[in-house]
Amino acid sequence: MASMRDIKRRRNSIASTQQITKAMKLVSTVKLQKTKARAERSKPYFDKMYETVTSILAKSGTIEHPYLKPQKSTKKAVILITSNRGLAGGYNSNVIKLVTGSDMKREDIILYAVGNKGKEYFARRDYNIAKEYPEVIENPIYSDAKEICEEVLKLYAAGEIGEIHLAYTYFKNTVVHEPKLLKLLPVEVSEEDIEAARSGGALMNYEPKEEEALDVIIPKYVTSILYGALVEAVASENGARMQAMDSATSNADELIDKLTLQFNRARQGSITQELTEIIAGANAIS
Amino acid sequence: MADERNFDLEIITPDRVFWKGQALMLELNTTEGEVGIYKRHIPMTMILQPGVMKIHVEGGTKEAAVHAGFLEILPEKITVMAEVAEWPEEIDINRAKEAELRAQRRLQTHDPKIDTSRAEIALKRAIARLEVAKVR
Repeated sequence: MASMRDIKRRRNSIASTQQITKAMKLVSTVKLQKTKARAERSKPYFDKMYETVTSILAKSGTIEHPYLKPQKSTKKAVILITSNRGLAGGYNSNVIKLVTGSDMKREDIILYAVGNKGKEYFARRDYNIAKEYPEVIENPIYSDAKEICEEVLKLYAAGEIGEIHLAYTYFKNTVVHEPKLLKLLPVEVSEEDIEAARSGGALMNYEPKEEEALDVIIPKYVTSILYGALVEAVASENGARMQAMDSATSNADELIDKLTLQFNRARQGSITQELTEIIAGANAIS
Repeated sequence: MADERNFDLEIITPDRVFWKGQALMLELNTTEGEVGIYKRHIPMTMILQPGVMKIHVEGGTKEAAVHAGFLEILPEKITVMAEVAEWPEEIDINRAKEAELRAQRRLQTHDPKIDTSRAEIALKRAIARLEVAKVR
């Protein structure tokens, strides 16, 4: 059995770790509230953008546009959104698994890494990382999304990449965050949404013409999805960290209870032992 | 009593719902020129240019600067999707003036390295901001 001193030392160290996890939990709770409110504020823009693009596509099925049809190049740009810091449970590894577990060929992948954790993982495994944006994830603003999009769209327009994917964590609610792999370009809209848009109302006119309007609207669409993903990823990160720290704190509680019990037993054991020794000694003398 | 001529207007930016309510007329700058839209317009999607947006409501008008985006017009409802929209009191006048000068200088230098269309948009943005802030 471990000595009293060892147990005590261990218990103290766990107690101080618990203080840290508790503090981190509080911090990420506050951050979560802030980022969650932000994610909710940007939602209307996001939703409306999707609606508009589906309705454009529904009413203009025959348009020949490079943004809409498959490209020749097999290269795929993947925008990977992870956090800069760890201690967030499975948050980062879940996003990474999405990319490694997908059917994209490794040599086809060109990574645009937002956040350090994902970048580190893929850099160690010699993936092709085109660009990294570690500072963006701390506080994403719309122009960040715009910058990344312009970069990727330039390659797409030049025919160097055939598809653009986005890997991020969707913030469903405070406790549920789903890692998601989305195909941004060529634009793919689900059939049901197209049907719904088709049946819903009057024919839309475009000024300028559809093709030109698409030239402007599709990049905005991609940018808005990326921005929404960034904002949601930040909220998810804080949510994941809050959960991880919460369970770490309660695990520490459990451990401390167990160690306290062990410590008390050891103390009682040593007292009993001392007593038996004294009695035995007294008996030996008499 | 609500006016017959009112329509629903929603102005959305990536960060917030900028303005939402009933309006009589909406004036703004598009790629096809300046337009004013009343209720019962035919359905149309137009692309925004940096400029001043005027919202005519009962008993007055509101002004705001909008830069880039598009708008969707339906007979009873208009939705403006602006990448950036600012009320006059949110505009940093000094910064806008500086940006105006910088863009003008860029356009004057005729340097082939300079992206003229970008400088032009920057100039338009600065002018729109200053116009809304009423310092011109």
